[in-house]
Amino acid sequence: MSALAHPRGAGPAWLREGAEAFLSRYAGLRARLPGDALRREAGAAAFRAHGLPGVRDEAWHYTSLRAFAETRFAEPLTPVADCGALMARLPAIAAPRLVFVDGRFRDDLSVVPGQVAVRVGGPAYGALARPEGEPLVALNTMLAEDGATIEVAAGAAGGTLLLASLGTGGPAERPAAFHPRHAVRLAAGASLTLIEVAIGNGAYLHNPVLEISLGAGARLEHLRLQDESHAAFHLSTLYADIAEAATYDSFALVLGGRLSRLDVHARLGGPRATAHLNAAQVLGGSQHGDFTTVVRHDAASCASRQTVKNVLTGRAHGVFQGKIEVARDAQKTDGYQMSQALLLSPDAEINCKPQLEIFADDVKCSHGATVGELDAEQIFYLRSRGIGESTARAMLVRAFLAEALDPISDDAGRAALEAAVEDWWRRQAA
Amino acid sequence: MSQVADPMQAVHDATTSNYKWGFSTDIEMELAPRGLSEDTIRLISAHKQEPAWLLHWRLAAYAAWQMMTEPHWARVEHAAIDYQDLHYYAAPKAKPGPRSLDEVDPELLATYEKLGIPLRERAILAGVEPAAGERAPIAVDAVFDSVSVATTFRAALAEAGVIFCPISEAVREHPDLVRKYLGTVVPQGDNFFAALNSAVFTDGSFVYVPPGVRCPMELSTYFRINARNTGQFERTLIIAEAGASVSYLEGCTAPMRDENQLHAAVVELVALDDARIKYSTVQNWYPGDAEGRGGIYNFVTKRGACRGARSKISWTQVETGSAITWKYPSCVLAGDDSVGEFYSVAVTTNRQQADTGTKMIHLGRNTRSTIVSKGISAGRSDNTYRGLVRVGPKAAGARNHTQCDSLLIGNACGAHTVPYIESRNPTAKIEHEATTSKIADDQLFYCRQRGLSEEDAVNLIVNGFCKDVLKELPMEFAVEAQKLLAVSLEGSVG
Repeated sequence: MSALAHPRGAGPAWLREGAEAFLSRYAGLRARLPGDALRREAGAAAFRAHGLPGVRDEAWHYTSLRAFAETRFAEPLTPVADCGALMARLPAIAAPRLVFVDGRFRDDLSVVPGQVAVRVGGPAYGALARPEGEPLVALNTMLAEDGATIEVAAGAAGGTLLLASLGTGGPAERPAAFHPRHAVRLAAGASLTLIEVAIGNGAYLHNPVLEISLGAGARLEHLRLQDESHAAFHLSTLYADIAEAATYDSFALVLGGRLSRLDVHARLGGPRATAHLNAAQVLGGSQHGDFTTVVRHDAASCASRQTVKNVLTGRAHGVFQGKIEVARDAQKTDGYQMSQALLLSPDAEINCKPQLEIFADDVKCSHGATVGELDAEQIFYLRSRGIGESTARAMLVRAFLAEALDPISDDAGRAALEAAVEDWWRRQAA
Repeated sequence: MSQVADPMQAVHDATTSNYKWGFSTDIEMELAPRGLSEDTIRLISAHKQEPAWLLHWRLAAYAAWQMMTEPHWARVEHAAIDYQDLHYYAAPKAKPGPRSLDEVDPELLATYEKLGIPLRERAILAGVEPAAGERAPIAVDAVFDSVSVATTFRAALAEAGVIFCPISEAVREHPDLVRKYLGTVVPQGDNFFAALNSAVFTDGSFVYVPPGVRCPMELSTYFRINARNTGQFERTLIIAEAGASVSYLEGCTAPMRDENQLHAAVVELVALDDARIKYSTVQNWYPGDAEGRGGIYNFVTKRGACRGARSKISWTQVETGSAITWKYPSCVLAGDDSVGEFYSVAVTTNRQQADTGTKMIHLGRNTRSTIVSKGISAGRSDNTYRGLVRVGPKAAGARNHTQCDSLLIGNACGAHTVPYIESRNPTAKIEHEATTSKIADDQLFYCRQRGLSEEDAVNLIVNGFCKDVLKELPMEFAVEAQKLLAVSLEGSVG
């Protein structure tokens, strides 16, 4: 029951002007954009009606889009620059890969999988997205150019698939904006490990929407690495619809972006479905990272699990908003949510809103949240063993993050995320 | 299968029991005409013989209110309120300024009797001196609709230097104190309902405890909404000077009504160095009938400022009444080492809606806060905990622990938890825990096996669930609160 965005006109001028700029781009491009024109127009209508969200919208209370709304974006250029350096940063996983550069599919960089059906060449509009409820989904629907439809047949094991987004960064005064639209569909009993990576250079907007449908008993392991350029805007929305006895097991690692928001809407639609929405945000400098989730229990005997960790240094601002909704009929729901934040510098800030909305009586729902710095006693313990203070601190932070990464069952994926964290440490040290 | 009989039937049984305190008192009322305008405010101010500064203060609040829009962020639904259809002033048409019980209208005394004011207090009202050796009595400032008509124990309090009187009287007799503190915790333009209250508040309590004084008795006010269609706009101001301490009790019941009544009170607490204020509420206003018709809209702004070092403000509330509750007793912890506490039990049944919680704003160093909230939903009600814990950049060493539990009785109700946690200081430690559950069958079975009836078992379990909060109440209130819980949940299970 998330509230609809306010009608446009309520917010400040920069918010309206930002929305206007996107609308005029749409007016210029609409005839050339591929795919379902009706869907696209419906998205545009929703965007026209609601505009961009401001901090007065409850769902965006802690994340101001001001810097984003004040940037004027342009089309990505074609053909694009050489992507060699960026390609080298992709996790070294021996698996098929779909590579999008500035939101467009690149055949030459991709390795198309065998067990999985893939279609590209236009936006993969699905039935789950709600452009009328989420303004950035409306924006995506309106301007989406490309995307992948990934399908695994009933009972098939899809193996591992890498879905990569590379942002090459346009001219500094007119950064590129791209809005890829992907869909993942697993038929009954199918399985897939999807590793999604977003990296880039310079300034750009990456505004992807991914719609995931899991059939009965299907299993998707979804690992996400957001390691965008520190000048980039990353605003992504994910929908997951999880049928009876299906499992959606996800972990998101957020390291990059100037302004980042991962919006996740998971719906447990059949009995005994399971969702894991784990995440870690490791932010420094003046980065802003927002992880917002809504888990809706619509059927009985489902379970959802969430552990979200924030490690914040410099002037970083971390946000976690997690909502568990339990419908009337969703008896025997088991919902658990844990949010832990480590503030490592005096100027870091965390905002946390773990929310329960429960309409069924036979449920077990709990959440916990902790915020603080490293435990002085733990540091003392390490120092008493002859370990220097900075090393001791680093050890404790590593341990804190390791706890988040440990439960990932896909070894190659976990190794890739661990490597990304190590890389983050190296960059910190430099 | 469960040992419990159909909970829906039980809930239905509960809804059909009549509101125990639904009666009306016929006392001649003096009403201001319906509607709100500058004239209404001038009329109220003139009636109360207020100084010019207060009239200007009210008019400034009214000007601010007119620029504001009614907030709709709370998880409550109600028909639109027509602010021009209310009486903003109602006073019992009695002899002016009753000082002794003889002057108090016998009808009014009968009302207190029906209210179940403890016998001893009724005796106090009847002028009976407490027997020697009896424990410290309670001073009552009875608020009958908008004017305080009887105040007891003035002398004993005066001896200690404590001022406890209706705020309109304080305006006349202690204008400097009122002027110094009024609106400093909840400014006129703080929010829509606070602005409305600032413009039209009619009465309420004023407490001033001088430096180093420990108030010799518990201070208590019985609020009652009596006249038809009069919103009650109480204003309470409590000041505890350095080293002072005071415990204040507020209890509410209201007679049965058809139309919804608006209650928009403001309570301001100020605690200076080492001062302690304990504010306890038992709220049992008319919740409306089984379909949610009638009942009080309780839109209250309560806030305490811990201004001094080592000061402490503690809110305890037991909320069982009102059709809609919208209330967030808060603490602004500005003084170093100051402490804020919030203990709450909120029970909703039938169609009641409660959106309640607290705000703990940590500004000073080493400030600490504790939040314990217990929500119980039954019938078709909605019960929301909404709380904010904010740690400012200078609040080094701040500490918060929040525990917030919900109990659902029946499958037609809702329980919601909306905590906001904001920290801008790395040395702050914040912990939040929340759980939602129902009364477990094995707990019930265990109690039944020991020979308890279903209902007694539920009462036992609910009282256990609320124990952490109830133990914070002063003894007199704790007893009343336990009774209230039992009455509110009568027949909800089994």
